Amino acid sequence: MRKLLAILLLSFSTTIVSKDLYMVRTRQPFPEAMSTLQEKIAGKGYQLSRVQRVDIGLTASGYRTDKYRIVFFGKLDEIRDISERHATLVPYLPLKIAIFAEGDETILLASSFAHLRSFYPDSDLQADFDQWEKDIEEILEQVRATE
Amino acid sequence: MKNSFVLLAILALINPALRVVQASEPDGAELYQQNCAVCHGVHGDGGVGIPLNLPDFLAVASDEYFRATLREGRPGRVMPAFPLLRDDEVDAIIAFIRSWSGEPGPDYKHVAIDGDPGRGRKLFGDHCAACHGQQGQGATGTGVTFSRPRGAPIMAPALDNPGFQRSVSDAMLKATLLRGRDGTPMPSIKAMGLNEKDADDLVAFLRHLEVGSPSDKQAATEPVIRFESFYDLEQTLSNLKQAVIGRNFRIIREQYLEQGLAEEGAENKRQVMLYFCNFAFLNDALAIDPRVGLFLPCRITVLETDDGVEVMSINPENLSRLFNNRELDKACQQMHDLYSEIMEEATL
Ligand code: HEC
Ligand code: HEC
Repeated sequence: MRKLLAILLLSFSTTIVSKDLYMVRTRQPFPEAMSTLQEKIAGKGYQLSRVQRVDIGLTASGYRTDKYRIVFFGKLDEIRDISERHATLVPYLPLKIAIFAEGDETILLASSFAHLRSFYPDSDLQADFDQWEKDIEEILEQVRATE
Repeated sequence: MKNSFVLLAILALINPALRVVQASEPDGAELYQQNCAVCHGVHGDGGVGIPLNLPDFLAVASDEYFRATLREGRPGRVMPAFPLLRDDEVDAIIAFIRSWSGEPGPDYKHVAIDGDPGRGRKLFGDHCAACHGQQGQGATGTGVTFSRPRGAPIMAPALDNPGFQRSVSDAMLKATLLRGRDGTPMPSIKAMGLNEKDADDLVAFLRHLEVGSPSDKQAATEPVIRFESFYDLEQTLSNLKQAVIGRNFRIIREQYLEQGLAEEGAENKRQVMLYFCNFAFLNDALAIDPRVGLFLPCRITVLETDDGVEVMSINPENLSRLFNNRELDKACQQMHDLYSEIMEEATL
């Protein structure tokens, strides 16, 4: 009985372990990967709010890529609601995915909300974090799996 | 007995991994592409991480080394730990990596090697430190980062890393030194005119390196930096811009949080984001770790609520931990100070 309780506890703690960062490599070149990404974001019901360049002047300074963008997206209702109730989360909104070229391939990455969780213990927010992490991980996996 | 059943049922409910445990054999190739290819390349030829497909590496790396490496990661050296991968998934990934050489991994006897660490230190200083650093701390940067040409030499890994030290056996260290790694800058010590006895002394020295504790991964700090402003929204924004420009940064963009989401004109005008950057800062940060672009250009948000005006930003101090990259510590601290100074100046 004790042993089982121990296993139960352990299994709780392992379910809490989560990734800090989601990263994938797709064999699609940058332009194709970018349009796949936007399609998959929309597929999860999010609206694209902006594509921000990070790379202005990068090649000029000898950098290997000039294809580096941040794609911002969100759901208006959700962002309104959360920024009202938890103003300090605003710097983390809208959601975003970084996308950059590495040679003929493309790398995509996003942060999880693991580092925010202990600061926002409300269960409704934890549910939002869960949903965002699930969506972001699935979006990245879908882009990765697209040939 | 009955209690056990109930417990097991609860267990299965809360732990989805248990439910799918018998569903199917894990697919090593797919798991590798999902978890490793982003850094080690689709075919294991390296990228942000060092190559995994080299015959000289596969010939000396035991399965135990792989298992421990995936459990421990390389704290502070980019390579993450993979606590979520099940044992059978880890084994499937290893089997996939082995398919590149078509050979099974070596089976080492677990005997400590008895060498002279003092002599080893001298040999290390003469023959190894130029690449691996005096304390075995590794080269600056990891693998072949994407900001460097693919043809550039692979960076020497950290030999003092707790994840490496806890994964590698004495026998594997010795085999690595005697063999070298063709296709990388790592020479065989025989090519340096050293012999087996020297290898033993070097191994003894490597085991005496001061190793950081794997748990010194800092705890997460406050997620945001925030200041209350004594001014109204408009004045605060104008102060911010002045403070930004005063530090040789360029304003890149000013927009409402809801811009692009709400219909034009219907955005909440009390939430404004200010983006700014300068090229030197951007290039320095991306050269250390290309992934930090996720948090660039710099951004400060101004919020007007019924309680007044506040400015806030993410706290960059969390980033080196997020990216598991100690080389970002300094840049993140600088970015933290920069944000704080700008916000303080704009709000006081
Ligand atoms: C975020 C990038 C990243 C990911 C993802 C990653 N690695 Fe690594 N890996 C690295 C880096 C960087 C190093 C070298 C560390 C150093 O320089 O000290 C490394 C080192 C290693 C080593 C040691 C190699 C040697 O020569 O001793 C092995 C083995 C390894 N990784 C396997 C894997 C496997 C398998 C996966 C997927 C389950 C994986 N890595 C995922 C970045 C990564
Ligand atoms: C010219 C630079 C250079 C020199 C000199 C050199 N190394 Fe290396 N070493 C490397 C590189 C680069 C790697 C990574 C190889 C790879 O990608 O698998 C490496 C790998 C290793 C590894 C395996 C680490 C791991 O994570 O798998 C060990 C152990 C090692 N070196 C020890 C030594 C010792 C001891 C000496 C001195 C006798 C030495 N090296 C000399 C560049 C060098």
